[in-house]
Amino acid sequence: MLYREALNKALDETMDLDENIVVLGEDVGLYGGSYRVTEGLYAKYGEKRLIDTPIAELSIVGNAVGMAIGGLRPVAEIMTANFALLAFDQIVNHMAKLHYMSAGKITLPMVVRFPQGVSKQLAAQHSESYEQMLCAVPGLRVLAASDVNYAYHALKHAIMSDDPFLFIEHELLYNKKGEVDTETPIDPFKARIVKEGKDVTIVSYLKMVDDVMAAVPKIEEALGCSCEVIDLCSLNPVDYETLKKSIEKTSRLVMVEEDHKTGGYGAQIVSWAAEEIFYALDAPPLRIAGKDTPIPYNRTLELASIPTPDSIAEEIVTWSRKNNV
Amino acid sequence: MDKLAAEEIYYEMIRGRAFEYAAKEHYMQGDISGFLHLDIGQEGLSVAAIKAFEKGDVFSTYREHIMAMARGISPKAVMAELFGKAAGVSEGKGGSMHLFDPSHFFYGGDAIVGGHIPNAVGCAYARKYQNNFDGVMVVFGDGATNGGAFFESLNIAAAQKLPLLFLCENNRYAIGTEITRVAPFEKQSHKAEPYMPALEVDGMDAVAVYKVIKDAQAYIQKGHGPIFVEAMTCRYEGHSMSDANRYRSAQEMALCKARDPIERMKRVLTERFGMDEDAIGALEAKAQQEVDEAVAFAAQASEPAPEALYTHIFVEGGSHALS
Repeated sequence: MLYREALNKALDETMDLDENIVVLGEDVGLYGGSYRVTEGLYAKYGEKRLIDTPIAELSIVGNAVGMAIGGLRPVAEIMTANFALLAFDQIVNHMAKLHYMSAGKITLPMVVRFPQGVSKQLAAQHSESYEQMLCAVPGLRVLAASDVNYAYHALKHAIMSDDPFLFIEHELLYNKKGEVDTETPIDPFKARIVKEGKDVTIVSYLKMVDDVMAAVPKIEEALGCSCEVIDLCSLNPVDYETLKKSIEKTSRLVMVEEDHKTGGYGAQIVSWAAEEIFYALDAPPLRIAGKDTPIPYNRTLELASIPTPDSIAEEIVTWSRKNNV
Repeated sequence: MDKLAAEEIYYEMIRGRAFEYAAKEHYMQGDISGFLHLDIGQEGLSVAAIKAFEKGDVFSTYREHIMAMARGISPKAVMAELFGKAAGVSEGKGGSMHLFDPSHFFYGGDAIVGGHIPNAVGCAYARKYQNNFDGVMVVFGDGATNGGAFFESLNIAAAQKLPLLFLCENNRYAIGTEITRVAPFEKQSHKAEPYMPALEVDGMDAVAVYKVIKDAQAYIQKGHGPIFVEAMTCRYEGHSMSDANRYRSAQEMALCKARDPIERMKRVLTERFGMDEDAIGALEAKAQQEVDEAVAFAAQASEPAPEALYTHIFVEGGSHALS
């Protein structure tokens, strides 16, 4: 099954169970979704539940908040993360805060889904990542799906939960293949150990998990070591327990992310490690992240602006030799 | 409007004014802090609109104490919220600008100008989906009609034919900026006219407001889609307690107060319904007593427990991080 098909299956199965679940966004209905995630649902559930909105992101999230207040369970789709900036007032001031400000009288069972990240030459206004901003807002659950099975289970969980969720997808993952195990439930807030190892813990999420996995053979060959690769899955809350266990085993931490390095999401993970498990570390943690530049259109420059399997391998090998690890 | 309704509206107007003066006094004494927006001068509009829109949902702004009470939230729970106490309607976590009570179908209390309008649109969508056409009333000031959230909402509500009543309280000032300095016309209903029927009413006349809101709700109940009502009104105080109101002349304030909604409603009771001064005096005494009791209640109520900091962040799991 493809990643987008797993998301579609999660939507379809939950919508089938509960008629309060509605989907809204640009081109989600008749068109079938820009990335075909909602394909087929309009024909099955009709225009009242697959709501084609105008290009008005503030209203897409703002209306979803109101729908949730009114007793529905909306799943909003923002076409791409950069457009979500137009909805930040609604995400930050309303979606994240009404439950708290009303002392729990208002609940917002809602999900905002959006793809993000560098795809292929979409330039600076269609390529960014915003988990660092979203995770800094108390009141939001933030999940990032790198894996087909996780995408299916985590989206179902988010839709069925009474809390507001941001569900981050990556534009290059929609056609990723994988198996969905519908029989075995997962905890969407638990990090996933993608590969076990004993010498270095590489933490990542979203598409960078695949790039790290592509880099691992080169790293292991160059250094004669074994890498443990962890997919965070839930960016807020963070499953620090799983990270702690792994780092206590390997004594080394590498954080790989696609967003810009300054103020980037991985800073939180490294800061946590410095505060909480400093003495378990044998070397300074390494952060591999996107450059502090807007994302350029030119393909060579674009690839130079973010981590790639080659740059990840090279940076880890250099760091390792410099620190004698 | 019958005598009973008129008496109830008058009572809540004078109780509202007494409440606002008490809030002002306790703000000056330091019992209430933060931003405090008083509704003095606009009581007729606030009370009559809420009473007329009997069924349905209401989304309002930060100037909402009187509306919240007109919806049925007790003056004690509102005053305790202003004092930041655990017995407040939002348990001391919202304050003056964030009064919510879904059991009275009252959803704030929003402090992002215009930010609650898209929420009201979504709620109206939910009501239509549920085949409930009593609809939603969203209240906002003239200042909100200059922002994108407002225009997006007009468009979507009209395109989807949602049961939504837009009520613009036009008091002509966005804090200290007069509407004509930032918008091309006095009447903001012009902005709604391409999308839906737009009605105007004298917001200082509670009887007229009551009628126009009743008519407007009857319109949305028929499933025709949204409707816009603009009420021209006047706030007597500054925008909030931090605003010394220096931008309006004594002459302008005098003209404003000559239209006083309470005096006007009092004349309706005496002239149309034959109430005597004694009966009116009794209502005034009762209103003051209710406000005094609310203040006494708020003053003695408990502070929120320290753990309250961490509750209501999420429904499930409670705290911010899983660590």
